[in-house]
Amino acid sequence: MNTHLDGNVLAGALGEVFAVDITTAVAQCASCGTSQAMGQALVYTDAPGLVARCRTCGEVVLRVTRSPGRTWLDMRGVRCLELHVPGE
Amino acid sequence: MGIVSPGFKGRGGAGREKLPPGQYLVTDFPVLSAGPTPRVDTGSWELRIRTETGEVHSWDWAAFRALPSEEITVDLHCVTKWSKLHTPWRGVSLDTLLAEAETSAEYALARSYGGYTTNLPLQDLLDGQAWVAYEFDGEPLESEHGGPARLLVPHLYLWKSAKWVQGIDLLDNDEPGFWESLGYHNYGDPWREQRYWGD
Ligand SMILES: [Zn+2]
Repeated sequence: MNTHLDGNVLAGALGEVFAVDITTAVAQCASCGTSQAMGQALVYTDAPGLVARCRTCGEVVLRVTRSPGRTWLDMRGVRCLELHVPGE
Repeated sequence: MGIVSPGFKGRGGAGREKLPPGQYLVTDFPVLSAGPTPRVDTGSWELRIRTETGEVHSWDWAAFRALPSEEITVDLHCVTKWSKLHTPWRGVSLDTLLAEAETSAEYALARSYGGYTTNLPLQDLLDGQAWVAYEFDGEPLESEHGGPARLLVPHLYLWKSAKWVQGIDLLDNDEPGFWESLGYHNYGDPWREQRYWGD
């Protein structure tokens, strides 16, 4: 029980919010400082929202919840997010 | 809408049971978790109640189990829309745990092993409405369901019934917990369908 999926499942929930691909974004964990692609996070989905945890230290890096018509995003666990944007 | 509530202990066989709006009935016991399951050994387990003045009341497992307990049968309503009826538990009433606490606090924040938190008015923990439960269906509570002990506040959505409860802080000011700080309703009454902010 209490299985988790990999961070690629975030693509669906956050694809509605961001124009960038969140799974290839590199997040620096606010707890341990490790940098990792969001797609590498451990995501707990059997919950009232999605909870992404750092693969290194297990702390929460990102949380997303949804209601019909609204979504909430908590990124307090990310110190810095490096996003890939189309080249100029 | 039905007009008759199921009896508190009724196993009333036939007929439709009344469910809160938007809920459906399950017979299994789904496991929801926002992280890995904490494996808390009863040898190191401790429950701490801390008042707004910093006074701490704590119990180790032996002291906790020596408290008077109650058998209760309650209905569970999860915000993810499943409901499970007539679930049998054994636990210690919060009235017992809070009996010695000198407090004028209006709010409570439950804290769990693993870091989970949930907030509720202190009043909702009192008067036979809440327990720290350690048995389900006559067996020690499994860790997947919050063992060795979890909060049980069945009149609110199940996210308020913090699994792996470690402590309860009594507070003068309300402090939103893990889900309450991210869109989920601060109170969470299933009968008023208080799922999200603004419901
Ligand atoms: Zn980390």
